[in-house]
Amino acid sequence: MKMQPTRAKPEHSRITHHRTVGFGYLAISLSAVAAGTVLSLAMRLHLAWPGWSLPLHGPILPEEYLALVTMHGTLMLFFVLTVAPQNGFGNLILPAQIGASRMAFPRLNLLSMAVTAVALFVLFSAFIVPGGAPISGWTAYPPLSTSSLAGPGQGWGMDAWLASIALFSIGSTLAAVNTLTTIVKLRCDGMTWERLPLTVWSWFTAALLSVIAFSVLLAALLLLFCDRHLGTAFFLPHTEWMNGVLRQHGGDGSPLLWLHLFWFFGHPEVYIAILPGMGLTSMVIANFARRRVFAYRLMIATTLLIGLLGIVVWGHHMFVAGLNPFAGSAFALSSMAIAIPATAEVLSWLAMVWRSRPQLTTAMVFALGFVSLFVAGGLTGPILAQPVLDEYLHNTFFVVGHFHLIMAMAGVFGLFCATYYWFPLMFGRALSERIGKVHFWGTIVFAYSTFLPMHFTGLAGEPRHYAQLTGIPGPTGTLLAATMPLQRHITVSALCLGLAQLPFLLNLLLSVLRPVRTTKNLWNATTMEWAPKTDKLPAAYRGPCHYSQDGNEFAPQWEEPSSTADGGA
Amino acid sequence: MPSTITPPDIDRPRRPDFIEGDNGSGRKPPTDKRTGGNGDNDGDGWSNRPQGKRGPRERLLRARTGLFFALFGDLMFFIALVSVFFVTKASGHFDAYNRYINEWLPTAIPSILWLNTAVLLLSSVSAEVARRAMFHEIDVMDEWFGFGRPTSKRAGIWLWVTLLLGAMFLAGQWVAWGQLSTHHAFLRANPSSHFFYIITISHAVHLFLGIAALIAALVTLKHSRVMATRQVLVDGTVWYWHAMGVLWIFLFALLEYGQ
Repeated sequence: MKMQPTRAKPEHSRITHHRTVGFGYLAISLSAVAAGTVLSLAMRLHLAWPGWSLPLHGPILPEEYLALVTMHGTLMLFFVLTVAPQNGFGNLILPAQIGASRMAFPRLNLLSMAVTAVALFVLFSAFIVPGGAPISGWTAYPPLSTSSLAGPGQGWGMDAWLASIALFSIGSTLAAVNTLTTIVKLRCDGMTWERLPLTVWSWFTAALLSVIAFSVLLAALLLLFCDRHLGTAFFLPHTEWMNGVLRQHGGDGSPLLWLHLFWFFGHPEVYIAILPGMGLTSMVIANFARRRVFAYRLMIATTLLIGLLGIVVWGHHMFVAGLNPFAGSAFALSSMAIAIPATAEVLSWLAMVWRSRPQLTTAMVFALGFVSLFVAGGLTGPILAQPVLDEYLHNTFFVVGHFHLIMAMAGVFGLFCATYYWFPLMFGRALSERIGKVHFWGTIVFAYSTFLPMHFTGLAGEPRHYAQLTGIPGPTGTLLAATMPLQRHITVSALCLGLAQLPFLLNLLLSVLRPVRTTKNLWNATTMEWAPKTDKLPAAYRGPCHYSQDGNEFAPQWEEPSSTADGGA
Repeated sequence: MPSTITPPDIDRPRRPDFIEGDNGSGRKPPTDKRTGGNGDNDGDGWSNRPQGKRGPRERLLRARTGLFFALFGDLMFFIALVSVFFVTKASGHFDAYNRYINEWLPTAIPSILWLNTAVLLLSSVSAEVARRAMFHEIDVMDEWFGFGRPTSKRAGIWLWVTLLLGAMFLAGQWVAWGQLSTHHAFLRANPSSHFFYIITISHAVHLFLGIAALIAALVTLKHSRVMATRQVLVDGTVWYWHAMGVLWIFLFALLEYGQ
């Protein structure tokens, strides 16, 4: 007697279901992105028109400007770019894409989402504690992050920040453990490692990086807490002078030590943010160009290699911080080496669309936009990887332009691509393609219009982290005054970039009011998440992206080979 | 599926499927044929089922994999602490007279830590006995036949022993902290004492988690009806306990000889 096992009943309750958790993560990201965007617009308005006063608040004081910088960076880096691609879409799509019915540890999954939500609340609470939000940036460099003497937000606000990020680290590590175990252990029959979609590979790599990086951050946060409250001096020099107070500490700590620990986390962190977008871009371009992914195994290798190299390049954030010049050379080499796998990925994307007559859906144009931003933002990477050039550029807006193009905007384009592409799976209805196109063009035009000129103001000498750039006497003032027209342009563009998101909101609203219901495989995709629901257990019979020459026929991963003549097995 | 699509290599079978008797190659039949097992040869063996339906062992391996990744993250936490240990130990400054000053004074390690280490090693032994008891085949079969729950009974005793030894270790650490503080070697006293306290306290927090896991395992042993649940929990707890034991040996060696 041969038993044919059938699809089991759900083994978990609705509240620990990975869809619930995924939507929870997306809700966290949405509230963070809304707040973070408002903060950035306030920053831009203040930079361009220092006299401008925030409604219901008054003019923005220098320390408030620094608080805006800090909270904007923290919200966007941690709660948007880490949470949404990796954990939000990771939960919503990953299990279906590997043919699993669940995540490996559903309760742990819910717990990590709850911890992340609490972390967000704690971070928001920094706005209302005495002294307000912290002002030492999302990198929290000591010695200014070790004492409330440093500024108004460095007391309670900094403690709230520490608590929030510590919770976030714990939540992210738990989520990454869950993702890794799910991918290693829960793949369905036939889903071999080389048949995994590149999205899964990038989630896998990013989860590995999370486990490695967030633990180190947690250790660093613990030590910083001890420095703040328990009288240790890991990151504090023997003697320091802070705001008119001479402080002496036992021991010979060093702020540079914090930089090492923080950037050991911080650089992998930016790859955690961007890798899911890279994997998705590969799959979406392949799907709409109706081409297989060129050099599939090499793409898997480059994904892993980018993750691996991402761990050993942290020193390039510290060229001007007093790093040993020999260490600087080593980090410059490893940083430039990362251009090799990144270029391999770009070449594969270009080869896929090259003369392919791609079907330009909204998801596809956002993926192409991702490629564009990845190239435009990436090209300044090797420049900043040179210690000599970085010495001049490091504290200018050049760096701000660089990381906003390659990480922030490319990451956001990856998120939009995911939203348009998977919306039918998430809500059983499709978004309007026409409004989607309007959204895309508005976003890409104003994204470039906002962040590309930052390179020029940076080259001209505009420093970052400065609350005010006007009214300065001497040659500095003349220099900075020359950048003001471009700065106003950037601010107007940033406002327009914000407005360009209105079509997206309209699109979401229309999908509620006038839903276009769809459940079928809308994009003729080949990956498992689009498999129709059947009673059979899912199984994969081939790798993703099998299309016929003309692109009209395709062989999805879940379809059994019809006969041995196909050569399938 | 139309035949116009050329399959890539991964779709082609790596080796010809085994056909009873001759496989046409003229060679001997492959030796990796399925030889039954799982009792009879009716094709209902667990290993013939699809992924995810192959019995409780999958649950166990899933839990172990998750634990492995979590412990890997934990290892990185301690690697970060130990890196800071060495950096701080090697750091100094120049004073007003241009003399190089290194303030690191090694903290004298209370000798009770040797005793604690021995106790922790013993607790790992008792934990391992408990873990193996959960997988003792004859006892497992006894329970399957309905002859009581010998696995849980034996494992429970050994887990209690582990819990007791673990608590003794923590009490011993408490004594060590007390001894140091009578000599005014507090956390803030010296760079080396920062590390003594941060490392031992971090490790103690991990052992508290281990003790919580032991208590959870004991409760589960008492109340859960599913053998697999009990096995997974005991197995996971014990592997975690072992990992903390190995970690402690390394940390203790660092504190004793690395200062």
